[in-house]
Amino acid sequence: MSKNLRINNKHFVDETRKLSFTFNGKKLYGYKGDTLASALLSNDIHLVGRSFKYHRPRGIMTSGSEEPNAILQIGNDDALTEPNVRATEIELYDGLICNSQNCWPSVKFDIGGINNFLSPLLPAGFYYKTFMWPASFWEKYEYFIRKSAGLGKSPSKQDPDMYDHRYLHCDILIVGGGVSGLMAAKIASDDNKKVLLLEDKELLGGSLIYDDSDISKIDNQKSSEWLKKLIVNIKNDKNIIIKTRTSLAAYHNYNFLLARQNLTDHLSVNDRNNKIRQRLYKIRAKKVIISTGAIERPQVFHNNDRPGIMLASAVKKYIDYYGVRCGLENVIFTNNDSAYETALSLHKSGTKLNAIIDIRDNSSSEIVNQVKNLGIQIYWNHTVVDTKGYKRINKVTVMKLNDKGNDVIGKKIDLNCDCLAISGGWTPMVHLFTQSGGKLRFDNKDNIFVPDKTNLDQLSIGSAKGDFELDDVLKNSIKDTKKFLNIENSNFDKIDVKCSKEKEKKNIWLLPSDRPLSKTKPFLDYQNDSTAKDIKLALREGFKSIEHVKRYTTTGMGTDQGKLANMHALGIVADTTNTNMGDLGTTTFRPPYTPLTFGTIVGRNVGQFFDIFRKTPMHEWHVENNAKFENVGQWKRAWYYPKDGETMHDAVQRESKAARESSGILDASTLGKIDIQGTDANEFLNRVYTNAWSKLQIGKCRYGLMLNEDGMVYDDGVTTRLGENHYLMTTTTGGAANVMSKLEDYLQTEWPELDVFLTSVTDHYATASVCGPNAKKIINKIFKDLDLSDESFPHMSFKEVKLGDINCRVMRISFTGELSYEINVEASYGKYIWEKCIEAGKEFNITPYGTETMHLLRAEKGFIIVGQDTDGTMTPVDLQMDWIISKKKYDFIGKRSLYRSDTVREDRKQLVGLLTDDPNEILEEGAQIVKDENKKPVDMLGHVTSSYFSPTLKKSIALAVLKEGKKLKGQKLLVPMIDKTIKVTVSDTIFLDKENERING
Amino acid sequence: MFLISCPYCGERDQSEFVSGGEAHIARPKQPTELNDDQWAEYLFMRKNIKGIQFERWNHVHGCRKWFNVARDTSNDKIEKIYKMGEQPPKI
Repeated sequence: MSKNLRINNKHFVDETRKLSFTFNGKKLYGYKGDTLASALLSNDIHLVGRSFKYHRPRGIMTSGSEEPNAILQIGNDDALTEPNVRATEIELYDGLICNSQNCWPSVKFDIGGINNFLSPLLPAGFYYKTFMWPASFWEKYEYFIRKSAGLGKSPSKQDPDMYDHRYLHCDILIVGGGVSGLMAAKIASDDNKKVLLLEDKELLGGSLIYDDSDISKIDNQKSSEWLKKLIVNIKNDKNIIIKTRTSLAAYHNYNFLLARQNLTDHLSVNDRNNKIRQRLYKIRAKKVIISTGAIERPQVFHNNDRPGIMLASAVKKYIDYYGVRCGLENVIFTNNDSAYETALSLHKSGTKLNAIIDIRDNSSSEIVNQVKNLGIQIYWNHTVVDTKGYKRINKVTVMKLNDKGNDVIGKKIDLNCDCLAISGGWTPMVHLFTQSGGKLRFDNKDNIFVPDKTNLDQLSIGSAKGDFELDDVLKNSIKDTKKFLNIENSNFDKIDVKCSKEKEKKNIWLLPSDRPLSKTKPFLDYQNDSTAKDIKLALREGFKSIEHVKRYTTTGMGTDQGKLANMHALGIVADTTNTNMGDLGTTTFRPPYTPLTFGTIVGRNVGQFFDIFRKTPMHEWHVENNAKFENVGQWKRAWYYPKDGETMHDAVQRESKAARESSGILDASTLGKIDIQGTDANEFLNRVYTNAWSKLQIGKCRYGLMLNEDGMVYDDGVTTRLGENHYLMTTTTGGAANVMSKLEDYLQTEWPELDVFLTSVTDHYATASVCGPNAKKIINKIFKDLDLSDESFPHMSFKEVKLGDINCRVMRISFTGELSYEINVEASYGKYIWEKCIEAGKEFNITPYGTETMHLLRAEKGFIIVGQDTDGTMTPVDLQMDWIISKKKYDFIGKRSLYRSDTVREDRKQLVGLLTDDPNEILEEGAQIVKDENKKPVDMLGHVTSSYFSPTLKKSIALAVLKEGKKLKGQKLLVPMIDKTIKVTVSDTIFLDKENERING
Repeated sequence: MFLISCPYCGERDQSEFVSGGEAHIARPKQPTELNDDQWAEYLFMRKNIKGIQFERWNHVHGCRKWFNVARDTSNDKIEKIYKMGEQPPKI
């Protein structure tokens, strides 16, 4: 260290543990307990980044989560690197590597800095206004704008870290472990409440813990000493669970909160192995106490953004907590008393303080008097009008304010400095309060928004509520907490607090300058480079709502979310438009309070746990037999079974040929199955399906179509009558859960008089479907005693048979158009029955086929798939399935809608078949159908819903929905593709075996 | 995220429930006797009010029972929970 910036032996860093780290390729040292920011400052490094738009040099400004400038890229590993990390928040660890962002080629020489000189050409809305024309060029502009405005780089490889989620429940949640939060925790615990205390820093105690002042005293002790005893007390309290390094990310309704705990980010990389990196707590609290404190405001003046300009409270914390001087020649610029604490800390640590500039006329509080007595020069009623120094401040220019405070007068005074500590007062951190739906009230005395009304069981205390002086903080916290918890007495009731009291207040949102506003750069949002000028421009251009001003100027839209100078932006708008700030309102504070990494949000739900998937009992067999799988809802269904390097097309052609010519077998276990029982089950089916069910005999099956109340097809499937009052309904694979919910809904809410019970049995049964001309022979081999004659076991019927001890439900039903049998067994026998079928079918070349072949086979027969050939806008009439609508039934779900004026239109889109003129040309599903390509705009008549090459018919076939399709049979139409136009002819929807000879064997 | 007191199971997290829209819209007993406007009234028209709204909820990942909820849409506060078939409370 060339300069003596580290003050030894008094602070919260462990000087016996020296840590090395690398910043922009340079090896540096700090100590355990440092943040990256304090370690950089101890190495005399202020300049850490460049601003977003003008690429101005920027330095560390704060000591907390409000930091706008010191956002760095941490790590250089492709998987572990993390952008936008605030140097003020990350604890230093051995081997930390970090780099500046948003500068090229380096932070000290940044080519983008030229924007600073072009800034008169880059006002608010510049990008919006300039890059609008021609619109088609936007993509090209965007590439360069993004490149020049890059905020770090995201990791390019998968995050190898582990993240965790956990639920926590408590009586009282306390957010913020400063003095007010700690007292509230103790009061609640003494009342036997289960308390959860969250603190985002490593240590409890907030800012009071490093307060070295002789003025503030609690019970006649130094306040920090008193607090240390309280912390020991709290750590030993069994009612209080403390989570440190835990920041609250979101506060939702019903006192549901999300908090993120850092578990390994402070460890050296080697010590992190196999440990959970971060944990997200999902907290349900009966009551919540917000004690998140306040953030110091900067002041808004020309060139208020140079490296070396810092918040006064941060300068104090770096001295008193980390033992780091931010500069050797300090100047303080303030509008309130709190910066005088910084003055005292500077003095005590032997750091030179050249002057204090205060916009107030005078102050006679205890703390100011103490500073006066030290002989430090104070410029009352003065303001900073300019600063100098490109990469580090070296001079401030000061002028006297006029009586009104709206202009400067007299001579310029230049003061040398390498650190300017600024304070514009304090802003309560009301983010969580407003996130939770609370309404704010404007306090004209302190110029702050404070919590007002809330609908939740919630309390704000301490400076988060607007109490800034120690006696107010303590006494009000005790009083309010007692009232909130309904407690008569606490152990703090006789607390004795002494502190300095501020008397004079003055606030100027935009400080006057000797230059016209247009020639100045008074920054509000440091990260987004928006200035007071931009706000005034937005107002001149007609933006009135604060939300619009925010978006137009991007003020408050950086990663710091306007924590620092949002209030100034509001203040300037209010001043300019002559509005009361309370009437203006604030912009919305949205979660998360500080950014969360994606890993924390997803927790353990990565890789195979990202989404659960369901496997059929035969799944392993499919895997062993080289099946490719398709996701259907949450199911993994066998899609096709390629052999010897077959393509999907080859495999599907082979599978479907085999099914038509000999035999195929399909795993149909995923179909939804609902067991329906009760004396009114038959009536129930009559009400939910479009067709009639009264005459269905025991042992028979029937296909049913289910509509929504709007008349649109909702689901379909075969239902079997197992007994007098017992049915088994099947649904589509994807629709099973929804159908079940819908039926329950009608039973419970519309027809409670019906005696019907529904049970989902989808997972209880496995289904093997054997089809093809040889299906009967195969089934006969398995069930030797079963009479398979058409008389005894006709199409659409059911038999219950035993195979050894296994109960089998065999249904003769067909989705392929072939003679086929579905064998349903208890799920645990699924693989057994499947292998039994394969074995019995060996001599008939039984071929397992997947969903793709199933789709092809049914399309040949013109059977619809709900969700593929329908999309929630198709009635049964549109599907040319008029035959399934009962004319006799008085009512069923959706019946009335079938003759609404819209559903009876003849020019609705209707399901048709399409044949390509070239039989080898396969249409693309989703392709548009037109009549005339040349008429502009082209009339879109419909689209292809299903399309395949049929190996049996040796031609391409397709289903489509087509406007007035029924009338267009035989018509020639066009399907324009990107490189050609395909000629098609509208056909019937059934392509194969219209007479159902195959089904009937 | 709400906490909802299922009348059959007790207080549970919102993620166990689904909302079923406005309550107390009975399906007409004789739909075929309604004209298009009357049927459309039942089928499509729903209120979207600021304030107390009566709505249906289903404990879909629990007992699967439907029930009614009176919820203040301005702050999501649940004022009352009552079973299917019961009349809406006066709030």
